[in-house]
Amino acid sequence: MTLPRITSPHAKGANRTQRVMLLVIAATVPGILTLSYFFGIGPLLNIVLACAFALLFEAAILALRKRPVGFFLKDGSVLVTGLLLALALPPYSPWWLIAVATGFAVVFGKQLFGGLGQNPFNPAMLGYVVVLVSFPVDMTAWPAAHSVDAIAGLQHVFFGQAFPDAWSQATVLDALKINSSLTIEELWNSSSAFGVFAGYSSEWVNLAFLLGGLFLLHKKLFSWHAPLGMLAALFIMSLLFWNGNGSDSQGSPLFHLLSGATMLGAFFIVTDPVSSATSVQGRLIFGIGVGVLIYIIRAWGGYPDGVAFAVLLMNLCAPTIDYFTRPRTYGHKAAKRGFKAGE
Amino acid sequence: MSTWPIHPLRGGVHPPECKALSNQQPIQSAPLPKQLIVPLLQHLGSTTEARVSVGDYVLKGQLIADSANLISAPVHAPSSGIVSFIGPQPYPHASGQLMDAIVIDTDGLDQWCSLEALPHFYQASAEELLDKIRQAGISGLGGAGFPTVIKLSPAPNQPINTLIINGTECEPYITADDVLMREKAPQLLLGIDILVQILQPENVLIAIEDNKPEAIAAVRGALQSRRYHVIAIPTIYPSGGERQLIEILTGQQVPSAKLPAQLGILCQNVGTAVAVHDAVIEGKPLISRITTLTGQALQKPMNVECLIGTPAIELLEFTGLQKAQMSRLIVGGPMMGFTLPSVDAPIIKTSNCLLAATAEELPAPPAALPCIRCGDCAEVCPANLLPQQLHFYALGDDHPQLQAHNLFDCIECGACAYVCPSSIPLVQYYRAAKADIREQAQKLAKAEHAKERFEFRQERLRLEDERKEAERQARAERLAKSKAEQAKKAAQAQAADPAEASQAQAEDELKRLKIAASMAQVALRKAEKQLDIHNTEELQSQVEQLRMAVEQAKQNLDAAKPAKTVNDGPTDDEIKRLKIAASMAQVALRKAEKQFETHDTDELKVQVEQLREASAQAKQTLDSATAASSTVSAPATTEKAAKAEFSPAEQAQKKAKIEVAMKRAALRKAERNEADAATLTTLQAELTQAEQDLAALN
Repeated sequence: MTLPRITSPHAKGANRTQRVMLLVIAATVPGILTLSYFFGIGPLLNIVLACAFALLFEAAILALRKRPVGFFLKDGSVLVTGLLLALALPPYSPWWLIAVATGFAVVFGKQLFGGLGQNPFNPAMLGYVVVLVSFPVDMTAWPAAHSVDAIAGLQHVFFGQAFPDAWSQATVLDALKINSSLTIEELWNSSSAFGVFAGYSSEWVNLAFLLGGLFLLHKKLFSWHAPLGMLAALFIMSLLFWNGNGSDSQGSPLFHLLSGATMLGAFFIVTDPVSSATSVQGRLIFGIGVGVLIYIIRAWGGYPDGVAFAVLLMNLCAPTIDYFTRPRTYGHKAAKRGFKAGE
Repeated sequence: MSTWPIHPLRGGVHPPECKALSNQQPIQSAPLPKQLIVPLLQHLGSTTEARVSVGDYVLKGQLIADSANLISAPVHAPSSGIVSFIGPQPYPHASGQLMDAIVIDTDGLDQWCSLEALPHFYQASAEELLDKIRQAGISGLGGAGFPTVIKLSPAPNQPINTLIINGTECEPYITADDVLMREKAPQLLLGIDILVQILQPENVLIAIEDNKPEAIAAVRGALQSRRYHVIAIPTIYPSGGERQLIEILTGQQVPSAKLPAQLGILCQNVGTAVAVHDAVIEGKPLISRITTLTGQALQKPMNVECLIGTPAIELLEFTGLQKAQMSRLIVGGPMMGFTLPSVDAPIIKTSNCLLAATAEELPAPPAALPCIRCGDCAEVCPANLLPQQLHFYALGDDHPQLQAHNLFDCIECGACAYVCPSSIPLVQYYRAAKADIREQAQKLAKAEHAKERFEFRQERLRLEDERKEAERQARAERLAKSKAEQAKKAAQAQAADPAEASQAQAEDELKRLKIAASMAQVALRKAEKQLDIHNTEELQSQVEQLRMAVEQAKQNLDAAKPAKTVNDGPTDDEIKRLKIAASMAQVALRKAEKQFETHDTDELKVQVEQLREASAQAKQTLDSATAASSTVSAPATTEKAAKAEFSPAEQAQKKAKIEVAMKRAALRKAERNEADAATLTTLQAELTQAEQDLAALN
């Protein structure tokens, strides 16, 4: 009787990478619904196009790299990349913009580094930044809430028909950045884009992503260190540099927490394990770094939002953070830290 | 009884326990197998040697194998019967290799040998108790199987303050310790009493996971007045790992690569404590143990008390094995156990569980995906390592980084692989990396050793050369010096005394003449030899000429000599030389004689004969030379005597003797080679002739 020879452990937990990816996708549902409430089918069009392009690019390059296409498409990671990119792009982004962004994210951001698990940068943020610096006009054209109807939206996305001017609106981060004469109160009253603490739509969208993020935290998909580090750093920075409600205001802490891609970044981007630091302490540092950089870019940089840039900059630092945040192993007096491997 | 403070385990996982499968009924005793396979190595340490032979009848409990090595545990016959085989047999080890074992065909009588019990152990000394434990062959029954007596003999500077009795049994499925504590709590506590008597610790902690309430109650119930702490610890895998349990109970971490004894802590498994009880109080050696037989491929999972050496298949069949259902057979639990290569492998002292699992129960893991660095592994690692980083460095064979990330602190508990969402066989990577690093370290040490030896040799040769060079120089200097001195002396002599100078000249002349004479002699001999071979006229005349030349040279020499040699006779030097020649001849003769004694060949005989004569002659020469030197009469005669030529008669005799010997040899050879009768007759005739010739000469 021949018996199979298998090494321990023989028992295997139920968690799978596909499950992780599906949970992430599920956790974006509140955000998607909220976005759709404000922007109609725009976010959904983004998602459908981005996911389709992402799968297409992934399949093509896997075939070129002679890797099993079906096996790797099933892991769901490329869907997450496409989805997060779609959520970050302005609703009703033209199809070619989505194609460029996903193409860059999947091909250059992920597969050319070796595919799943090998990418040093967050692919979605890499794709986002490429189109942001290449097509700034299209990337800052956020439609005003409840303005775009479906037909016009489809025509815009697929045939490049321009929206009427009234339909597009500067984001609140943008508005705050270019404002130099109005007090906060005056600014808030000047545009329908503003809501209670931040943007009329952005504060609700951010809260929806926060909800999804808390669900993932509850599911123990990631530890609290990176998201809390980022939000706390952003909060503290905006509190430290909050110079009141005058015309030179940088915005209140709550404004920053509920504007732009803050919550999407905190729970869906900063928590990307592949491109983040790996130890618990490292992730805390990584999150704090992202939070600080977001505020610096928002307050003093050239772009209204800085999540993507902040994440990419911290991606660069992640390996170094890993070298310096190794935990103390059982039975050792101190943790071994630093680049050097020798004793 | 105060509550003992507990420190929660770092990391850990909660795999399905599946313990109810096997702990619902009391311990059964397994049927006596027809054949017992008792491996010679059942513990960590050196192997034992069989002390019985094939065909011997052994009694239950009789010593059958032992080792002189300290880190070893003797082996006893688990039942009575006849030793039918000693040699390689299936063995429960991950490698699947065979192991030497003593096979006993049981006789069914199960007859004990006489046992020496020590019921009043509290009167015995620690040495007596330790000896008893060693004699009983006890090695750890819980984990790696380290000889118990070694653990119980800590260094004098490291007294044991805390004795931990490990009843955690954190691996899923296994319930052997659970039922043991339920059913043998009094024996367990007596066993602990013995350990306490040996070690005299301040604290005794009995740790049991809180998923075993019956066991906890049983042990607490049997405590009586003893001041041991029975501690229920939270159920989490791997709380039962020695280092983990120590941290849970004491908050201290055992230093990396050190033993718990450094902290004054000793851990013993509950099964080991019961074995100590049996050994001391009942005198029984360790020949049986409680083993969990479980898994969904068994119809009646249970715990059995089975003899060491019982083949796994007998136990599995006893519990209703459904062979078709079994997809893997594991010794130990599903987290750290290893698959059994053969169902014929026996139960040994460390076999706490046989898990016959179905494919649904322990399915093959899905194909591994790349690591996404989710960090779940780092979260559950009880050693606080970064398994994901170790995995990356293992993939890249980056040994320095693996060591910098403390690979060797990994206890291979499998928690990381259990939680890995990408189903990466992490522990396999670590095992392979550890083996690689160990192998490389060995190679490196070997190379280092070779290098050292080479360098040492080079140094030695260099010193030798230096010494030789120095000697050579010294010699050259001495030579130059002596030459210079000689030249100086010669110059002085010439200047001072012309008479002396003429004498020196005469001596030189004499020397020259001597050389000329001997050279002529040599030339003559050569020519004579040639003449023997090619008897031509030219040669004959040449020889004649040479002979004359020799005569001339001798006369010259004699003429030059008298002045000096007339009163001296043979010089002392001459005698010395002759003495040496004589003794050398003697030595050569003895050697040849000896050789002759061992190899009685005819060639040797001839040789010996020759040598004997040469020796006799040398002696004769020496004697005459000595006589001449003492009488100092006629120099010419002395010289002649000293040279001592053979008389023609003697020479003829010698030749004849040799002839006889050679003929004899030829005959023998022919006889040996079974030559035909004619040849033999001829040779015989020749030999007779030669013998007659010799007789005539004598």
